[in-house]
Amino acid sequence: MPSFATPLDANTIVDIALLAMLAVIVVAVARTRSLLTAIILTSVYSFISAVWLVVMDAADVSFTEAVVGAGVSTIIALGAILLTRSECSRIPWRETLLPLLLVTVTGGLLVYAALDLPSLGDPSAPANIYVGRLYLQHAEHDIGTPNIVTAVLSSYRGFDTLGETTVIFAAGLGVALLLGFGERALQDTPRPSMAKMAESGQHVVLRVSAKMLIPMISIYAFYVQFHGDLGPGGGFQAGVIMAVAIILHALVFGLQETMESIPPQLARGLSAFGVLLYAGVGVVNLTNGGNFLDYDHLFPRIFEEGLPDSHLVGGHHIWGQHFGILAIELGVFLTVASTMVTIFYAFAGRAPDLSPHGEG
Amino acid sequence: MSFLLGHFNYLIVVFLMMGGLWITFSSRNYIKRMIGLALFQTSVGLFYISLGKVAGGTAAIVLDKTSKAGEALNAHLSPDYVARAGVDGVVYSNPLPHVLILTAIVVGVATLAVGLAIAVRVREAYGTVEAGEIAELDRTEAGPRA
Repeated sequence: MPSFATPLDANTIVDIALLAMLAVIVVAVARTRSLLTAIILTSVYSFISAVWLVVMDAADVSFTEAVVGAGVSTIIALGAILLTRSECSRIPWRETLLPLLLVTVTGGLLVYAALDLPSLGDPSAPANIYVGRLYLQHAEHDIGTPNIVTAVLSSYRGFDTLGETTVIFAAGLGVALLLGFGERALQDTPRPSMAKMAESGQHVVLRVSAKMLIPMISIYAFYVQFHGDLGPGGGFQAGVIMAVAIILHALVFGLQETMESIPPQLARGLSAFGVLLYAGVGVVNLTNGGNFLDYDHLFPRIFEEGLPDSHLVGGHHIWGQHFGILAIELGVFLTVASTMVTIFYAFAGRAPDLSPHGEG
Repeated sequence: MSFLLGHFNYLIVVFLMMGGLWITFSSRNYIKRMIGLALFQTSVGLFYISLGKVAGGTAAIVLDKTSKAGEALNAHLSPDYVARAGVDGVVYSNPLPHVLILTAIVVGVATLAVGLAIAVRVREAYGTVEAGEIAELDRTEAGPRA
């Protein structure tokens, strides 16, 4: 096996620069006592790592990190400090000694282990020559989607993704059980309606630009959803982008306005329906004599008889994989989007309850 | 020098991971701890993605080597290297780590939300999210409010 040395090209230089920025941000987060600063810095961290992921050819992951890390998780964390407090107490230096020792020892051991790892970009590294390479060689023939990340995510490892979708649903359920579905916002005394806001001329710039942005963000979410087979994108990214459009509406026009158009009941219902749709596609394959989530068996045998060979892949209709992936990506989209909205409702709906006790 | 170049990513990953661990260990504030855990988690993602990078490669979206993009990509790579590292004449980075980390990020924000929700309930019950003050309240038998 020929030895490999990482070339000092533009790619590597950008890689080093971006990673150095991430390191600086982590130090800043560790030092600051203001939680607001820490959250904004984490948002910047996510954005820089999204750029870094493009350099590392991980276009799909970059997409996800940009919308999730820099978007939704920042909003949720800001909601959490609104409901708790935005300063953390000073730590006496004596109490930092034990963590410092632990971190130094663990870090030293990890660095020692990291020295044995293959160089960055080595094409013959063990991680890159077995199953990853097989997916690259066979995905287009087996699945028929040019984007191999989508092929692996939704077909080869579809069972894995079903588990992850279920985890997201369960997390949304957990937040709702802890904080409620935001129904307190509806019981609250009504806030000024949109018509009243327009009369009084409040936040004109915000309202006008949000009205222009929300439809475009939504259309973009659908583009990312249905283009996921061909380019970067898919149900996870599209779901979060859709949720961002809804959250933007709530931030500008008020929670009650949004809850009228997208009731919390609808959001939690769709969240469960997405998982059901995903698992349902698996069951359809079972009833047609295939394995769970084996989309080759999505259509009954009877449709495949008498078709010319050009319509068949491995003896099965070529549409099975296409429609199977479309259906489960829709399930992922519904679960992710409505879970993010449910979580946002839970945090934002808690705000009127800011209790008089404590330092609120 | 070339060894450092090839392992720089791993050193930074260890630094970021230990930074997250340090924040989680040393902070007394639950929100800050959740931020530390989130940073810790992203460092694992960076590690996986670093492992899957192939030098001179492109994103794992099937490309025709005779297309304009395919030719531009192969222009600065030796044919020998493309034959060794590529699939059908184009070099791609490994898609498998991308799949794993993509879903991990979305699951990460969902679980972060659960952690923050618990912190909110702790604040409602105790009036604080500082571990030390909560222990003090428990010791003086003031206990949680709800």
